[in-house]
Amino acid sequence: MKRLLLSLWNYRHFIVGSVKNEFRTRFIRSRLGAAWIVLHPLAQVLIYALVLSQVMQAKLPGVDSQYAYPIYLLSGMVVWNLFAELLGRLLTVFIENANLLKKLAFPKLALPLVSIGSSMVNFTLLLLAMYLVFAFLGHFPFRYILWLVPLISITLVLTVGIGLTLGILNVFVRDIGQVLTIVLQFWFWLTPIVYTIDIVPQKYRFLLHLNPLSSIVEGFQSVLVYERSPDILPMLYPALFGLFMLGAGMWLFLRAKEEITDVL
Amino acid sequence: MSFDANMAVLRVESLSKVFRRYSSEWHRIGAIAGLGIKPVEVHRVLQGINFTISRGEAIGIVGRNGAGKSTLLKIITGTLNPSEGFVQIAGRVSAILELGMGFHPDLSGRQNVYHSAGLMGFTPEQIAEKIDEIESFAEIGEYFDEPVRVYSSGMQMRVAFAVATAWRPDILIVDEALSVGDSYFQHKSFKRIREFREMGSSLLIVSHDKAAIQAVCDRAILLEKGQILKDGAPEEVLDYYNALIAVKEEEEEEGIAIEQIRTEDGRIATLSGDMRVKLRKIALYNRKEEEIEIVSVGERVTLKIVIELVEEVDELVLGYMIKDRVGQAVFGTNTFFMERVLLRPEVGRVLEYRFSFDMNLGPGSYSFNTSAHAGSSHVAGNYFWLDNALIFEVVNVDKNGFIGVAWLPPELEIEDVG
Repeated sequence: MKRLLLSLWNYRHFIVGSVKNEFRTRFIRSRLGAAWIVLHPLAQVLIYALVLSQVMQAKLPGVDSQYAYPIYLLSGMVVWNLFAELLGRLLTVFIENANLLKKLAFPKLALPLVSIGSSMVNFTLLLLAMYLVFAFLGHFPFRYILWLVPLISITLVLTVGIGLTLGILNVFVRDIGQVLTIVLQFWFWLTPIVYTIDIVPQKYRFLLHLNPLSSIVEGFQSVLVYERSPDILPMLYPALFGLFMLGAGMWLFLRAKEEITDVL
Repeated sequence: MSFDANMAVLRVESLSKVFRRYSSEWHRIGAIAGLGIKPVEVHRVLQGINFTISRGEAIGIVGRNGAGKSTLLKIITGTLNPSEGFVQIAGRVSAILELGMGFHPDLSGRQNVYHSAGLMGFTPEQIAEKIDEIESFAEIGEYFDEPVRVYSSGMQMRVAFAVATAWRPDILIVDEALSVGDSYFQHKSFKRIREFREMGSSLLIVSHDKAAIQAVCDRAILLEKGQILKDGAPEEVLDYYNALIAVKEEEEEEGIAIEQIRTEDGRIATLSGDMRVKLRKIALYNRKEEEIEIVSVGERVTLKIVIELVEEVDELVLGYMIKDRVGQAVFGTNTFFMERVLLRPEVGRVLEYRFSFDMNLGPGSYSFNTSAHAGSSHVAGNYFWLDNALIFEVVNVDKNGFIGVAWLPPELEIEDVG
């Protein structure tokens, strides 16, 4: 394990360089470059806001702004975007780099680290764009902004845990990639992003809370919409779930890393 | 062959590699997870490989397709892990099998150099030190700062080679990849490889090009069905390999023998084939019908080959080849090329073939090999094939001095034209 970390440390320049390269190539061939990173999720928010704001407006007590619903939507959507994007990248990280893995000897875990780096760059841009939109709507949720650090950390642990495990399994059984696209659609609607948890009948709420992403999204909404510090207790479940998955992913990786190149 | 263990840069010990097949990939995952699921098939690609490479040694690896050459190289490079045994490496390995790997089409050559060298484990500072050298070695001019997608494949390969060899490795692995690119760059690449060797790098070459292996390597290893069949001097190993490729699948089951006999002067003679035709005698004669072993440059000689038809054959082609001291082919022909194929010759007869020619070769030691087979080459059906069948010496007795392997006497005129 120590050797593994050391070899990754030796590849830090490569990892940082790859993240930079990926960012750089966005500008080379498209005029708007990085703007597309934020335009896509913002467009989604706009659509939901246009379609659902009349229905949802009444359900957001305690927020003064007349734009309460778009603000709510955006807060949930940034987390979801990070989760879905990183999960998608990790799912195919070994398959897409099959050529490199087959021809060059380097620490394989450098590849998922590049994915994490790139997703974090995109997430940061989206977060900045979100604050810009908030400012435009007259909403300035800076008071509990530091809470975002632990919230993002938990999101990363959870996403990387699930993504690494599925990414390894996907090398062997490619159907996993196909199944995940469907699962993600359900997952999105099983997370209180577009709606609030109050509109779900009491007896089904536990279902939403089985979803480890729900508490995280609610945490983001506390900080960004309601300007409250998030409840700590509900965070334990996604944190522990994430750590467990991360452990499982690493265990699987250590056992499977030799077979990965055999099969690719 | 003995090696100083301290001088070894690469030690491969009882190395085996198996690929496992499971009835479903879920079973494989189960096996990885330690559920004790057994594979339905275990395919052994390499078995019990042992060898050592000393500092500065150049080794050629030959073998038929599927013999396990690439797998062996990948294990040495570190991309595959051995199933049993281990590989011990003192120093850095650089493999030119990954030429052009991982180049990003939208990034410039320069940016890609940073990326690829980073993948090889170098820091930006180390790369910055070498970047000018890489740029000038690749010789692609202003393209170096253009995106790689506008490169020709030759240009990509130039940049890739320049990066892969920017730092002198302790072991350089060269796959057949090197045969791409124009001949100017090939020469340049080989020059760099030779320089590395002089500086102490060891070389591991995989190629089907026997001439290249013979020209560069001190030693050759023949892989067959995942095992080392032969490890020794390039000429000996390549002759054996040459005999081996003639052995067809069906014959293999009957167990065709390949024999290597050490001749009086220490050379190894390799005999192979199904012996339906037998070699009785091979000898070289001068004009006076005297059997000779020393020929003067340009002398008229006759090569006599006597064969016996032991069993029925459809087609009989007899051929010979002259090889120089290091085993490079100098001249070879056979009765197929000379349009004198015998069809269904009578069993039991003994034939004497006489080939007369002027020995227009430069001074040195040469050997004849001879073979009887069907078709234009021995691959179509090998009756016998004998390497190093006859050794002879060419000496310069009565000609002006010259250098080289061929005697091409010019006529000279010098005219004052200005």
